[in-house]
Amino acid sequence: MRDLTKPASGSLNEGVSLPPFQIFLDRHREVVYRFLVFAVGPDEAHDCAQETFLAALRAYPRLTEGSSLRAWVLTIAHRKAIDTHRARRRRPVPTAVVDHASVDPPALPEPGLWEAVAKLPSKQRSSVVLRFVADLPFAQVGEIVGCSEGAARQNVRQALARLREEYPDEGAR
Amino acid sequence: MKVRMNVREVEAALRRARRFDVRAPAVRVASSLAGPAARRGLLDVAVASFESPLGELTLAATPRGLVRIGFPGEPVADELARRLSPRVLTDTARLDRARRELDDYFARRRRRFDLRIDWSLTTVFGRRVLEAARRIAPGKVATYGEIAARVGKPRAARAVGNALGSNPVPIVVPCHRVVAAAGGLGGYGGGVERKVLLLELEATAAANR
Repeated sequence: MRDLTKPASGSLNEGVSLPPFQIFLDRHREVVYRFLVFAVGPDEAHDCAQETFLAALRAYPRLTEGSSLRAWVLTIAHRKAIDTHRARRRRPVPTAVVDHASVDPPALPEPGLWEAVAKLPSKQRSSVVLRFVADLPFAQVGEIVGCSEGAARQNVRQALARLREEYPDEGAR
Repeated sequence: MKVRMNVREVEAALRRARRFDVRAPAVRVASSLAGPAARRGLLDVAVASFESPLGELTLAATPRGLVRIGFPGEPVADELARRLSPRVLTDTARLDRARRELDDYFARRRRRFDLRIDWSLTTVFGRRVLEAARRIAPGKVATYGEIAARVGKPRAARAVGNALGSNPVPIVVPCHRVVAAAGGLGGYGGGVERKVLLLELEATAAANR
């Protein structure tokens, strides 16, 4: 991962030499898409990923913080996921259940689990996806959702307890 | 009756999501970004590659026009990120017109380019030299000294050579039509063999008219 606090020599861009956005996009598109598939669901992952990368593109030339690019773009994705869930709550309740079989990309493995994840509060939801799907350490999970490492641990613990309640063993159904 | 999983089993079920293949949809998001980015004024530099008789060229445009043509192996995207803006995206559509004109040029259907040029990567003097080179008719050549005289600096043949050597848009701005006085070819940023190829192409295109 790139440390943005280190100024690159010969750069005209305020001491920070960023790779072309295309390189950044190619490097991070999968981690962002995977996060969003599980944070907002496959139906809205495309639009949400596009919004994430457009927001990243807007802010990109001003990047100077000492954070990793991956954590930075996942922070944006986390906020876009929250926006998506808010917009969904404002929309009238759909009368029919979305037919996942007809949706591109294919339906998620263990849909019952991910329906339960979708019902979690936003910080808990992002935290479990970042921890278990993106495989990030708790310190970085906290950085992305905006809390301490300890609070991130707590979020994940609470989320797991809740998922246990909500999500019965599929084999026992 | 619900049978509860233990926490380890829930974690394992969550981890299985890592195997979910997102490569194709992630590529779709990345490759459809340039259009909305341009509409929001966020695409500062569009790049695309172009297969030519001189090898694979890299074409780059800003909203103001064609800004750079790179020969094979030149790190054009990095250079533009550093010198113009890091908002660089691959966008074939934005370079369609340049590709069409270059296609026609290499197929000898076109002798002059009608593309808008963004001169941001040139100095004031460099631009004057390149504009002078642009006025050399296809199929013709001029010497470094002649160009120096035309820009009002008759003793600056060497500076003219340097300005031509840093032409950001070779081929379209025909710095290859400037040659050494003693009958030699002089240098070329893309290698002298490419200069020869371009001059031969233009000579035969002129003969075919």
